[in-house]
Amino acid sequence: MSISVGLMIIDHRSENLSYFRSAVALAVKPLYEMSALPARLGAWVDRASRSHMDVREQYDRLRGEQIVLKSRLQKLEALEAENRRLNRLLAASRKVGEEVLLAQLVEVSLDPFTRKVLVNRGVRDGAYSGQPVIDPDGVIGQITHATLFTSSVTLLTDQSHAIPAQIRRNGLRVVVYGLGVPDRLSIPYLAQDADIRDGDILVTSGMGGRFPPGYPVARVTEIVKDPNEPFLGVTGMPVARLDYTRDVLLVWQVVPDDADPAQDEPDTGNGQAEAASDVAVQGANDGG
Amino acid sequence: MQISADTTGPRVRGWIIPISFGAALLLMAMPLPTWAVPYRPDWVGIVLIYWCIAVPHRVGAGVGWSVGIVMDVMQFTLLGQNALSKTVLGFLANQSHLRIRMYPMWQQCTAVFLLLSIDIGLVTWVHGVAGNIKVGWSAWWPAASSMLIWPWLFIILRDARRRSYIC
Repeated sequence: MSISVGLMIIDHRSENLSYFRSAVALAVKPLYEMSALPARLGAWVDRASRSHMDVREQYDRLRGEQIVLKSRLQKLEALEAENRRLNRLLAASRKVGEEVLLAQLVEVSLDPFTRKVLVNRGVRDGAYSGQPVIDPDGVIGQITHATLFTSSVTLLTDQSHAIPAQIRRNGLRVVVYGLGVPDRLSIPYLAQDADIRDGDILVTSGMGGRFPPGYPVARVTEIVKDPNEPFLGVTGMPVARLDYTRDVLLVWQVVPDDADPAQDEPDTGNGQAEAASDVAVQGANDGG
Repeated sequence: MQISADTTGPRVRGWIIPISFGAALLLMAMPLPTWAVPYRPDWVGIVLIYWCIAVPHRVGAGVGWSVGIVMDVMQFTLLGQNALSKTVLGFLANQSHLRIRMYPMWQQCTAVFLLLSIDIGLVTWVHGVAGNIKVGWSAWWPAASSMLIWPWLFIILRDARRRSYIC
């Protein structure tokens, strides 16, 4: 008993036990695989029973979508290059780029008291504790434990989760808290006269340095204005489809090397390649 | 009859206990529809209780601790949280094994409910101390569903135990 109490204290206060966790996690990996089997079997049956026409139709639709997205991306690349030039003119100290890796959810259920999911990427793939996780629509959450092959992701809606954000419309900074129930988030500590409206989109603000700025987090769904309360009662809904998505993206923030003046010169030359990998060149501040 | 029993006996003899715990862990991690998740029985807890009262000299607080640690790792909870509660569960079940064995089935179910309530109480207590997670009364649903599962589990495990000659 005292061993378990000791373990809890150590685990709560430090990261020292992650090796132990990884080792045991490796041992129970077969159990995970087996418990995910029924769900996988279901998915396989679903896929196998789908008709050729359906697949064909979906393929055509996705192709169309991809063309649209690609054309948008072209514009985005041009904008990004322009943005980089302007940033340099303004002597912004640095800009951070991101790299992503596709990960899939493993169909096992974790602790019922917390809102967590398991993904099939671990330390071996470069995942780390505190890493942001997104899906095509917005932020999902962050990795809280990374073991060798799998990591647990704490969702935005977990009770212990909070994420710094801002209103996309006017830049008002807020903190978005999870409530422990699906599809509801709380945005507390907003003054009665704060400029926030129903339907406002909240995006990550990048404060705290954990989440890169600009990713959608939540949509405001309800604002309760009670004059007896010191703050507004604001409720939101996650933009990402937390409970339905299967494919998620792990995000790495790539901080460009500050002490590399050669990076500055050939900006226009290989702009394409750079934009593609989204490795941002560091801003001016080069003093010469 | 006797010969066949002797040949199959030793092979499964010691294995039925780890196999049953493995199956319990599997059932614990098995995905369920969202509405059913709060009612999932505490499979590991009831299997532990069964072995603690059936073979108290083999399974007790120590086994409880080991299984609890595996649970902690599998569920990514605070390391030691389930280990603590399962240690206490194993200890209490061991202590009262003579009494629980004598109970009629409905009374056994009540005892299981009580033991698991203590287990859940410890888990929620650790949740409260460690993080600011508030857990409502719904946390006690697993104790109720485990209580309903208990008679069937008891029969299955008893047969399995008799077949593998563990006593």
